[in-house]
Amino acid sequence: MSDKVLMKGNEAIAEAAIIAGCRHYFGYPITPQTEIAAYMAKRMPKIGGTFLQAESEIAAINMVYGVSATGKRVMTSSSSPGISLKGEGLSYLAGADLPALVVNVQRGGPGLGGIQPSQSDYFQATKGGAHGDFHMLVLAPASVQEMAELTVKGFALADKYRMTSMILADGTMGQMMEPVSLSFDIEEAPAKPWAVTGTKLERPHNIVNSLFLKPEELERTNFERYERYKYIEENEVMYEEYMMEDAEICVAAFGIAARVSKNAINEARAKGIKVGMIRPITLWPFPTKQFAAAAEKVKAFVSVELSMGQMIEDVRLAVNGKAPVTLCNRAGGMIPAPEQVLAAIEAANKGGN
Amino acid sequence: MVVFDKPHALSDAPLHYCPGCTHGIVHRLVAEVMDELGIEGRTIGIAPVGCSVMAYDYFNCDMIEAAHGRAPAVATGVKRSDPNNIVFTYQGDGDLASIGMAETVHSAARNENITVIFINNAIYGMTGGQMAPTSLPGQVTQTSPYGRDVSHCGFPIKVCEMLSQLDGPEYLERVAVNNVKNVKNAKKAIKKAFENQVNGKGFSLVEVISSCPTNWGMTPAKALAWIDEKMIPYYPLGVYKDRSAGK
Amino acid sequence: MKTTQYLFAGFGGQGILFAGKFLAYQGLNDGKNVSWLPSYGPEMRGGTASCSVIISDIPVGSPIVSNPDVLIAMNLPSLDKYESTVAPGGTIFVDSTLISRKVTRTDVTVHYIPATQMASDNKTPTLANMIIMGKVLAESGTFEDEEKVLAALQKVISAKRADMLDVNLGALRLGKDYQG
Repeated sequence: MSDKVLMKGNEAIAEAAIIAGCRHYFGYPITPQTEIAAYMAKRMPKIGGTFLQAESEIAAINMVYGVSATGKRVMTSSSSPGISLKGEGLSYLAGADLPALVVNVQRGGPGLGGIQPSQSDYFQATKGGAHGDFHMLVLAPASVQEMAELTVKGFALADKYRMTSMILADGTMGQMMEPVSLSFDIEEAPAKPWAVTGTKLERPHNIVNSLFLKPEELERTNFERYERYKYIEENEVMYEEYMMEDAEICVAAFGIAARVSKNAINEARAKGIKVGMIRPITLWPFPTKQFAAAAEKVKAFVSVELSMGQMIEDVRLAVNGKAPVTLCNRAGGMIPAPEQVLAAIEAANKGGN
Repeated sequence: MVVFDKPHALSDAPLHYCPGCTHGIVHRLVAEVMDELGIEGRTIGIAPVGCSVMAYDYFNCDMIEAAHGRAPAVATGVKRSDPNNIVFTYQGDGDLASIGMAETVHSAARNENITVIFINNAIYGMTGGQMAPTSLPGQVTQTSPYGRDVSHCGFPIKVCEMLSQLDGPEYLERVAVNNVKNVKNAKKAIKKAFENQVNGKGFSLVEVISSCPTNWGMTPAKALAWIDEKMIPYYPLGVYKDRSAGK
Repeated sequence: MKTTQYLFAGFGGQGILFAGKFLAYQGLNDGKNVSWLPSYGPEMRGGTASCSVIISDIPVGSPIVSNPDVLIAMNLPSLDKYESTVAPGGTIFVDSTLISRKVTRTDVTVHYIPATQMASDNKTPTLANMIIMGKVLAESGTFEDEEKVLAALQKVISAKRADMLDVNLGALRLGKDYQG
């Protein structure tokens, strides 16, 4: 019998965060991620932690900013419209080099949109998400187990690089239950000499700040931050390759789209089509090198997305014109069926696009 | 015998405020209180966006710069991280009563155990003199050049009166810093607002009626007189809530 | 290598999600790969609630069930909506208390169980879901070992409500023994 338990993706994130040492959660209810808040509301008081329902997503992300400034692990979660509200705070966190974990269980948009699963916040997550030059580490789980693992990993990366880690999930990942094992090796958080913990009159005061009125100085902080980003791009890319050894067609998909694509790939293989998949696990940093390498071998790419085609831009940049990249998509809360993906693979195999 | 000295909690950085601005007085009062209560080493201040945006350079305690209006939310995080922290926000009228009103009201409603220093000078100073949520009816500003027309852009917000309707907050008082007597009262109120936090009593806000000679277009002396003539009649000084004292 | 896709559908409040979770634990305890995916949102309140469960010998790809091998329909709108989606050769379980019409498909196996009436007669009116589930388990040959059934029940019923274990087991047995 298995020691694994069945958990919803949202609950797995919450429990994994607690295991990772997060004792402060702030949030505002929004479907389809509210289970995270409900779980935290139940658990935090029992382990000496803080759950606080904020008056808005804006307040929640600023409470996160406050706790992070004191050096502790902290998180918030929301879904697409709520993440837009948090945009201001995400920019300030980046400007002040504060670590945090933010979960986006995406739903269809734009506007109030719907509540069904979507991946249409890819641009928002990977290209900054608010004003100014900055990046977040963007982690895209494709199973409940990964919802938990990437939460733990997200806290470690956030502390290591003093950045926001964003878990970019979707309504399916949040709501589905799968077996999950919650035993992790937790890295101890690094020392945070920059944190505001009170001077105890023993050191000069620390200032957590993103204001630099002298442009030379502000420019320097930007260049320094991008040096760090460059290092991350070279060292922290995560991806999964599925049946790529002999592949002639490469599917690009993350999260739920990758799950659906696996079904389609298995069916296509049964029909004799040599197709595989590169599934980015980090959307930023993007597995550019892996797609570029694949472009030397395969004859076509199919980007499978729950959006009007966002990740496809990064795939095309990586492929750099060496092979056609087609889009197979549904939007607005709809999910592509394996048959649709199979048809797109077959079309790519015939060279028609 | 030393009769006048700089408080330890006030840094040596030269203040950037205009001549006649009363921010300097209030900074000093806050620093004196930190000294007197012996809390500088465990105090974390939150600076706003507005004229006092660079307050993080002026206090020797640990400081955080917050986004516009969000200081009470940031303070909530800092306080919840470690209740032993003494946390204060220092906010102007645009920050506290306009863009950050939700954060203000809700931190008060939660009786968040923080201290809020609220500078009401009825104008946006940093951006050069635009209408504030507390600008008086008829007051001429850059964005109300014909005087604040209440039929067009509404009435000023009386923050202490409004918050006093909530069950949450512990202590709300309005003071002014336009003469020696008022400065002494302001000091008392600010000290009480910090003591309340030290004693775990909860949300304490001191609204300080202040002057902005530059953007009011007055000499410093005239501006101080204008506080008596115009501001205080609209914004009466006094204690609006003091739960522990039964008020 | 076998993969079975289940779709449970009915009204919110009929225990659709609970029954699905129980079935998923049955699979998990057998060492299978499983997934459970509910419908969510306002439709849950009074409308059609559904949940997809996949039990498989291989890792589960998409957790979305669009052509179920097994459909459990606990109200008429669910049968109307999903009858045509069942895979040819599949099985449909119908709560015949709440659904008076017959299944029109001829390429599927159908079981009619008056689960709601049986639940009411048994003085456990909320357990029609488990009565029908008992029949589902019996037909799939996974009710031979009652210990296993109990183990899965223990996963979905909290220790604080241990008295509910026997009641649920009783409901499952009722369904298992029903000959319709």
